[in-house]
Amino acid sequence: MDLIIDALGVKLGKRTVLSDVSAHLRPGRVTAILGPNGAGKSTLVKAAAALVDHSTGSVRLDAQDVASMDPRARARAIGYLPQDATVHWNIVARDVVALGRVPHLGAHAAPSLEDYAAVDRAMHDTETEHLADRPVGELSGGERARVLLARVLAGEPRWLLADEPLASLDPSHQIDLLARLRGYALGGAGVAIVLHDLVQAQRAADDALLLADGRVVAFGPVAEVMTAETLARVFGVRVAPLEDGDRRLLVPVGRIKAA
Amino acid sequence: MTRTLKLIALGLLVILLFGLSLGCGKVWVPASAWFSGDPRWWIIVELRLPRAVLGLALGATLGLSGAVLQGYLRNPLADPAVVGVSSVAALAAVAAIVFGLGSGPAIFAAAMLGAGGAVALLAALTWRSPSAITFILAGTVLSSLAGALTAFLISIAPNPYAVAEVIDWIMGALTDRGWDDVTLALPPMAVGAALLMLTGRSLDALALGEAAARSLGTRMGRVRLLVVLGTGLVVGAGVAVTGVIGFVGLVVPHLLRPIFGHRPSALLLPSALGGAALVLAADSLVRLAPGAGEIRLGVAMAMIGAPFFLGLLVRERGRAWI
Repeated sequence: MDLIIDALGVKLGKRTVLSDVSAHLRPGRVTAILGPNGAGKSTLVKAAAALVDHSTGSVRLDAQDVASMDPRARARAIGYLPQDATVHWNIVARDVVALGRVPHLGAHAAPSLEDYAAVDRAMHDTETEHLADRPVGELSGGERARVLLARVLAGEPRWLLADEPLASLDPSHQIDLLARLRGYALGGAGVAIVLHDLVQAQRAADDALLLADGRVVAFGPVAEVMTAETLARVFGVRVAPLEDGDRRLLVPVGRIKAA
Repeated sequence: MTRTLKLIALGLLVILLFGLSLGCGKVWVPASAWFSGDPRWWIIVELRLPRAVLGLALGATLGLSGAVLQGYLRNPLADPAVVGVSSVAALAAVAAIVFGLGSGPAIFAAAMLGAGGAVALLAALTWRSPSAITFILAGTVLSSLAGALTAFLISIAPNPYAVAEVIDWIMGALTDRGWDDVTLALPPMAVGAALLMLTGRSLDALALGEAAARSLGTRMGRVRLLVVLGTGLVVGAGVAVTGVIGFVGLVVPHLLRPIFGHRPSALLLPSALGGAALVLAADSLVRLAPGAGEIRLGVAMAMIGAPFFLGLLVRERGRAWI
């Protein structure tokens, strides 16, 4: 199921946040959504999940218009992992993960065996089974991030949209979380992640969608989009190459003064 | 102990307190005098039974609406007063008293009209943005405006008797409530409670924040409608027959969270039972207090509630999930 963003424009109040954004995202791959602060990355992800209204264009899952889908059907198709990792009540981890099944439950029906199995699988895949009975307020940042990821995975969405999931994680947990998101994409789902860390983006993503000022600067395979020249132009940073095995990563090492 | 066992225990407590509420007062009616020709039995049937039924319904709906509002607003300090419905209902009832529209049914009708008006205003004020913040702001505006207007009405009251009646009514009590009050109040309370019970799953989803809840298929407009209508009906009916009785909705979900867990939907039924238990216990206590008159239930509740509220603020300040 392809996620097709077509000439999308979004206004928040009177401010135009996105204009004429087009991208054809494919499943089985990880797409990194990149751009400087205020480029409209979070808004793009929210618009793709129909959490903010768009003023022009459309977002489609294959031929289906996302905005006009039934909210529950949409929730089953598109999982959204918000930037804000707070859980407002001190609920036990397993109950948090089970929330991912909400769009699959009948109006007032109890969860089925299938729902329990999906929760178990998600907790297994994120290695959070041992946290099941712990209240989320007592978990470390890394543990909580894995529990919240399990929450999205439990819904078994065809598309997973994550908004800056690495914020407040240490490097080892960042690498771990990206590897799990990548694993989900390899299972056949589509994954799009808003990222700030350019190095992690090169490591984890297949494609990159580069935004600036609400417009698409470049979209395509990571190696083609994330060149020293483009990064300098969009982010105003100087990059240095870093050899990692057989891979060559570009690492931001300094700021270029505005011309 | 499993959840079912805990619920049964809480239910038994409510039944026990209901029985106690029938038995105690200035005249103690022992169980041996029940269902007999004993004249004390008529004290139960005509005076204490309607009062206990009202206390049960009032406590249950206050506890339930408190649990729903705390879940909806994701704020453990929310209670039915936050919505402003009780203040507006009280304002309308006070207006009815001050302008001498009569008593009993007239005051009830005025309070329900006030609650309905408050609900309509609240819906209108939050129409464009169905978010929790707008809801709190609108409720706060409504309740302070209603408070000011109530004070104004008292200041222009035509005679000291009207003032005394208003003050007597505002303080909130179950004293001398009869079967006609029960028949007026129960239907709106039942409908409102049913609406509130429908919000459980959405409240759980809201624990992840509004955006995540919506991404899970939660329709915020529907939840808001259920919350506004449900609270309007139960709080309006409650204020209409008993005056303003606060703190039940705030205190009860808090007492029960350590026992039933923090998941909002898991707290709805326990909070209804807990609220009923608290009001029945408090109403029995005010009747037993020495002295010629009774302590007003609303006053007693505020005296228990206020220190609790303060302790809550101090203890829970700065915790991650607030």
